[in-house]
Amino acid sequence: MRYLPQSPEDLRLMLSAAGVSQVEDLFASIPEPLRLKAPLDMPTALPECDLRERFVTRSSRNHSLTCRPGFLGAGAYNHFVPSPVGHLLSRSEFYTAYTPYQPELAQGTLQAIFEFQTMMADLCGTDVCNASLYDGASAAAEAALLAARVHKGRKVLVARSLHPAYREVIRTYLKHLDLDVGEVPYGPDGRIDLSSLAGAGVEEACCLLVGQPNFFGVVEDFETVSASLPAGPKRPLLVGVVCEALALALIRPPGAAGADVVCGEARSFGLPLGYGGPNLGFLAARKAHMRQMPGRLVGETRDADGRRGFVLTLTTREQHIRREKATSNICTNQGLCMLAAVIYLSLMGRRNLRELALRNLSKAEHLKARLAERGIRPLFSGPTFNEFAVGLKVAPSRANAEALKVHIVGGLDLSVHYPDLSNGYLLCATEQTPKEASEKLVDVLGGLS
Amino acid sequence: MSRFIEEPLLFEKDRPGRLGVCLCTKEVPTADAEALLGDLLRPEPPARLPELSEVDVVRHFTRLSLMNYAVDYGLYPLGSCTMKYNPKLNEDVSRFEGLAGLHPMQDDASAQGALEILHTLERALCAVSGMDVCTLQPSAGAQGEFTGMQLIRAYHEDRGDARQVVLIPDSAHGTNPATSHMAGYRVEEIRSGPDGCVDLSSLKARMAPDVAAIMLTVPNTLGIFEKQIDEICRILHEKGGQVYVDGANLNALMGITRPGDWGADVMHINLHKTFSTPHGGGGPGAGPVACKAHLEPFLPKPVLVRAKDGFRWDWDRPKSIGKVHAFYGNFLILVRALCYIETMGGEGLKRASQMAVLNANYLRARLGEHLPLGFDGPTLHEVVFCDKGLPGGITTMDLAKRLIDYGFHPPTVYFPLIVHGALMVEPTETEPVEEMDRFVEAVKAILDEARRDAEFVKRAPHEAFRRRLDEVAAARSPVLTYRPEGG
Amino acid sequence: MNVPGDLKYTKTHEWVRASGGEAVVGVTDFAQHELGDIVFVEAPEAGAAVTAGSPMGSVESVKAVSELNAPVSGTVSAANDALKDHPELLNQDPYGEGWIVKIALSDAAEIGGLMDAEAYGKYVAEASH
Repeated sequence: MRYLPQSPEDLRLMLSAAGVSQVEDLFASIPEPLRLKAPLDMPTALPECDLRERFVTRSSRNHSLTCRPGFLGAGAYNHFVPSPVGHLLSRSEFYTAYTPYQPELAQGTLQAIFEFQTMMADLCGTDVCNASLYDGASAAAEAALLAARVHKGRKVLVARSLHPAYREVIRTYLKHLDLDVGEVPYGPDGRIDLSSLAGAGVEEACCLLVGQPNFFGVVEDFETVSASLPAGPKRPLLVGVVCEALALALIRPPGAAGADVVCGEARSFGLPLGYGGPNLGFLAARKAHMRQMPGRLVGETRDADGRRGFVLTLTTREQHIRREKATSNICTNQGLCMLAAVIYLSLMGRRNLRELALRNLSKAEHLKARLAERGIRPLFSGPTFNEFAVGLKVAPSRANAEALKVHIVGGLDLSVHYPDLSNGYLLCATEQTPKEASEKLVDVLGGLS
Repeated sequence: MSRFIEEPLLFEKDRPGRLGVCLCTKEVPTADAEALLGDLLRPEPPARLPELSEVDVVRHFTRLSLMNYAVDYGLYPLGSCTMKYNPKLNEDVSRFEGLAGLHPMQDDASAQGALEILHTLERALCAVSGMDVCTLQPSAGAQGEFTGMQLIRAYHEDRGDARQVVLIPDSAHGTNPATSHMAGYRVEEIRSGPDGCVDLSSLKARMAPDVAAIMLTVPNTLGIFEKQIDEICRILHEKGGQVYVDGANLNALMGITRPGDWGADVMHINLHKTFSTPHGGGGPGAGPVACKAHLEPFLPKPVLVRAKDGFRWDWDRPKSIGKVHAFYGNFLILVRALCYIETMGGEGLKRASQMAVLNANYLRARLGEHLPLGFDGPTLHEVVFCDKGLPGGITTMDLAKRLIDYGFHPPTVYFPLIVHGALMVEPTETEPVEEMDRFVEAVKAILDEARRDAEFVKRAPHEAFRRRLDEVAAARSPVLTYRPEGG
Repeated sequence: MNVPGDLKYTKTHEWVRASGGEAVVGVTDFAQHELGDIVFVEAPEAGAAVTAGSPMGSVESVKAVSELNAPVSGTVSAANDALKDHPELLNQDPYGEGWIVKIALSDAAEIGGLMDAEAYGKYVAEASH
């Protein structure tokens, strides 16, 4: 067993030091009737070369978006990851380290988190950002919990155009907490229908969560949303939920347009699709809500010699100190994903990230225009980023089957999540979507009637 | 030459005009963003993203990495964290294109390899835990706890049985009470007896139909096996309660004894502890939940099923607690865990647990010559010492910080709360004996130093990248983002 | 340990200086010493109603949180704003500049139910054994 270093000589020495004659004696505190009598029901061990081969086979039984172009987004966007990201993440000093509880030995991780917090707060238009949460969905749930702590309202309002899985996770998180979850419908532009706010109970709400862009790829107008909320102490917290963080480089950040909290998913910054995980959830907020934030925060300070250094701070919010009164139970978060993002963002820089976002917009607009030429039109009139919904003349499942024949992974059947959008089809185009694939898709969809 | 180079913040290294990446070739005309987005357009590019060359970025993060301590460097004896070696094969495999490039919304037929991995991992975790079914969706231990407590809650409510209280021993991790609270339960602490185990008579006295569950870490945070665990399960079940096992310390038990066989109903498993996936400087981990068949209807959706023509996700789960993750969990972490399991096999996993316990008991014996134990009883994979009689008036923290100068990461300190000045040591099975000997010698040397010059020890570390950091100042006026000098 | 003779005390280590229907409230020297460097004080704002024995805020050090209980019932008439930027006042001068809130008493008789300095001194001596 190559991960176990105990030689026969070591064993003899260690057993003797521990005062037992055989390893089994060390388990004497486990009552005999509770011990497992049979070996574990599991396949036998495989040597490295055989096991690698087994995973090669498993891997080849999947058709990934890297080997077959596709138009799926819906919360997981296919972006190019520059080589240095993988190389730097592979440094043992990062990935085999623990949470930076001993700051003197973890300044590398701590400084990277501080840099991440700074960049993300800027991107979100907020004062502060935490060191990560699990994913965008749980981040949205945590944002609702934050709102419920600082606001008397017992209703959590969610735009129906928010990612369906996020809405499900929010419901799971809030289920037993005496909070009522209500949904606000969308209008013909694909944006939240502000005339429905009163009917949805905005006067009793502690927060309103709105996707930016939303699940239909539509860019919401946060300033107008914000202006439509009740004023004064009844004003619920406005939460911008970002599934596609790249959009933040091009659109007005929710935090600068009235949102109190901006949370979501930043997998687009340097992480592979990975069948949906690991992800990079985050939560950013105004300074006023800093002490109610979930998850880790890193702060700047000085060491005994007066040199700048970084530490985990405001830890009294967390479970290991406040226990059942903690702002969240989160402990392990998505540290290495955070590192990927901060490396990615520093490679991109301000101009290139914006240019990349612009190219995503351009790819999507190009596809949108080509489809329109074939009579396939957007479902909604609102502006979009790199994803948009169209109405097909046939069932999306049929369209996807046809696309697969020309080795293309088609879009998402919206009717699965929105029965009222029958033949609704969600398409995403990023810098990774070849123009040639778009042309093929246009031909396939245009030929169906 | 110093090993450490002072490395400025990225923002201080910003050189407008430098490029770290060349974007892919432009294939379509640039859209008129202003016309399309109007007022929704971001007025300025994000100012805090620096402009650096690729070399600048690589050097920056390489230099930062040198300020970290890591398992690949040496002993990382954090109790309850199971800082075992992270195998390199796992890392390679998780980067295979067919796994890393897979989109979560692809149809099941095009992801059969991934689904087979998940299914195999589910079966393996059921085998190790003695449970019937498993969900891989939770992203970490705490989310696993949350999922498990939601299962318990859904189970009770499905039977029309509203219960309000969760019992938690005073030695528990903070996540347990925090989780119970998030699941809408009231937490009651139960005290540990003098042997470090749950006091059965007080448990019996407290057990009533308002108790939904007990949350127990086995072995507990003192490294002690809860020897009457089957009796605890019986007491809970007799009055309709459920038993939740926190699997944080499963590394002591693989192939030796199984929570499912004790009578436990549900547990979570930290893949980043027991199953060797990297801690990553604070995640991502994974916290699968394994449970008995009676909780199966409530599992998060979708549930993976094996049909004649292959694997598929079953979304039609009317009693499900819902979802805890946007997709299926931290998939690429799950891949690593299966790779570890298949490297070890059943026998290998058992051997790992045996060696973890042997290593811990070796350290216990050798360190025990210099430090007093927190509790006397036999311990498994970790051991807790207390600060009684530390020489020269040094504290647990001083000892921990001085260990840094000797090239070690300190053990977990001041936890569990029920041991005064606790020093909690867990070497794991992957430590060679000479590394542990080096650690013992370091502790011994520090205690000698404290007898001679306690003040010197109290000012440690002296040789790390930073001396002790002012956490009070950091918390009094928090600076959480970069502010330019004078800005 | 400093236990001024003219104050009243609670078992949760708050002190009270009552005069003319108003009570000034803070935490004791013992409490600030046990907590160590105070980094944050969460106190109710003026106008808030508080009930004797119920939590009304908290006092935090880097690694611990201590609940702040209202020693008497009434309405908060003032909160010590200086603590927002200088929580260390609680360590430096717990009975003076480190006061936390002033409460307009709704039931002056509650003062009688609190410990005097002698009783509190004994209580602390016993508690720390």
